[in-house]
Amino acid sequence: MTEQTVLNATHRALGARMVDFGGWDMPINYGSQIEEHHAVRRDAGMFDVSHMTVIDLHGARTREFLRHLLANSVDKLKVTGKALYSCMLNERGGVIDDLIVYFFDEAHFRLVVNAATRAKDLAWIERQAQAFGVEVKERPDFAMIAVQGPNARAKVLDLLHEVDRPRIGKLGKFAAAAAQGPHGMPLFVARTGYTGEDGFEIIVPREHAVALWEALAAAGVAPCGLGARDTLRLEAGMNLYGQDMDESVLPWEANLGWTIALDEGRDFIGRAALEQQKAAGVPRVMVGLVLDGKGVLRHGQKVLTANGEGEILSGSFAPTLDKAVAFARIPAGAPGDVRVDIRGREVPVRLVKYPFVRDGKPCEGI
Amino acid sequence: MSEIPGDLKFLKSHEWARVEDDGLVRVGISDHAQGQLGDLVYVELPEVGSAVKAGNGAAVVESVKAASDIYSPVSGEIVEVNELLNDKPETINEDAFGEGWIFLVRPSDRAELDELLDANEYEEVIENEDH
Repeated sequence: MTEQTVLNATHRALGARMVDFGGWDMPINYGSQIEEHHAVRRDAGMFDVSHMTVIDLHGARTREFLRHLLANSVDKLKVTGKALYSCMLNERGGVIDDLIVYFFDEAHFRLVVNAATRAKDLAWIERQAQAFGVEVKERPDFAMIAVQGPNARAKVLDLLHEVDRPRIGKLGKFAAAAAQGPHGMPLFVARTGYTGEDGFEIIVPREHAVALWEALAAAGVAPCGLGARDTLRLEAGMNLYGQDMDESVLPWEANLGWTIALDEGRDFIGRAALEQQKAAGVPRVMVGLVLDGKGVLRHGQKVLTANGEGEILSGSFAPTLDKAVAFARIPAGAPGDVRVDIRGREVPVRLVKYPFVRDGKPCEGI
Repeated sequence: MSEIPGDLKFLKSHEWARVEDDGLVRVGISDHAQGQLGDLVYVELPEVGSAVKAGNGAAVVESVKAASDIYSPVSGEIVEVNELLNDKPETINEDAFGEGWIFLVRPSDRAELDELLDANEYEEVIENEDH
């Protein structure tokens, strides 16, 4: 049975093309994916991300539990509302999921995890939580709307109760706070996102989600589908779980080393495997590719290097750049001239440092 | 969904064929197909002078989402390709049955045209797909 978010009828009324996404019936676009992509880069767009799973953790030992569960260090979270991106690893160091953890108080943290991994994540977290006496509570009573783009914050702020505007306006990156939205609805507003643009991700009680969406639309925020979300995050150099990493991949091989905190004496799940691979040498690396010629780089295409074959993970036409870009995992070491096999044709590509796009502009060298 | 022109013949795989006054066959993809594919970003055109076989891949269209082979509805020789698509592949999104045509074939076996679906039959194909 396909699941629906509370905004399903709203998407259909807008003429969205709907697709199955991790068991959810979601809008891929409302007409033109490319126009939606540009709306986010140039102005403001919104995405229904209510399919993502919100999990609240309660208990006196919650921080201690998260020190064990997550590869990034929750000790970086010192101020209420602060958020942290982390991988959750298995004992072999493979990535079970990537997530965001929010800190409310010592007895209450919140996780937002991927939709497609919901069941396995919940089972894993519940199993690990037992030893710490932490209560794991899914929050299907919430919907979530991401509002992204250079004008996104201003448009959201206008809809908030005026007493909240200065405080939410000053919210730092990767921080969140409660605020009152239209008609006094209670919002949890986080300055996070998955597009490479500034903006907010807003958690809202289900029953208010349609009203919030409509208020944002009236404020000139363009509805955007998951198609545009995918090209935006690829340009921004952000990994997609299931495509760029999974349980067979260690974070070192997915450019996620920056999220690993090997802090003294912290025994998190997967740490031993990570240290072992780091000492032995990481066999594969994740790189950025740009195709300057015609054609489109796509998931699964073979990548040919001096050290052997790799493959394209996420690949797509990038609307901001008007050419194709990709992430690829290739054997470690100097790769020489890199080529991609596109339907039997070997096409030369350029190896680049990514992100490909930041704050609406192509990055240098792309 | 725009109207399906009655003078077109179709393959189940969503290519259309129009027999021109000079007997040449113009080929494109249906409006339904462009809608399914989404924004087109690249079209790999066949070479003028090359031979095509009915039901075989002759061109490739790539949208943001996916690459799709375009099958020729008839056998014959490619006599012209729509060069406009090199710079403006989105023409297919905007006018799939008109300006967004892809290639023109001099058919070698006109009987193949009788094997194709007419507009009503094609409409049934896409209605069944949607269910």
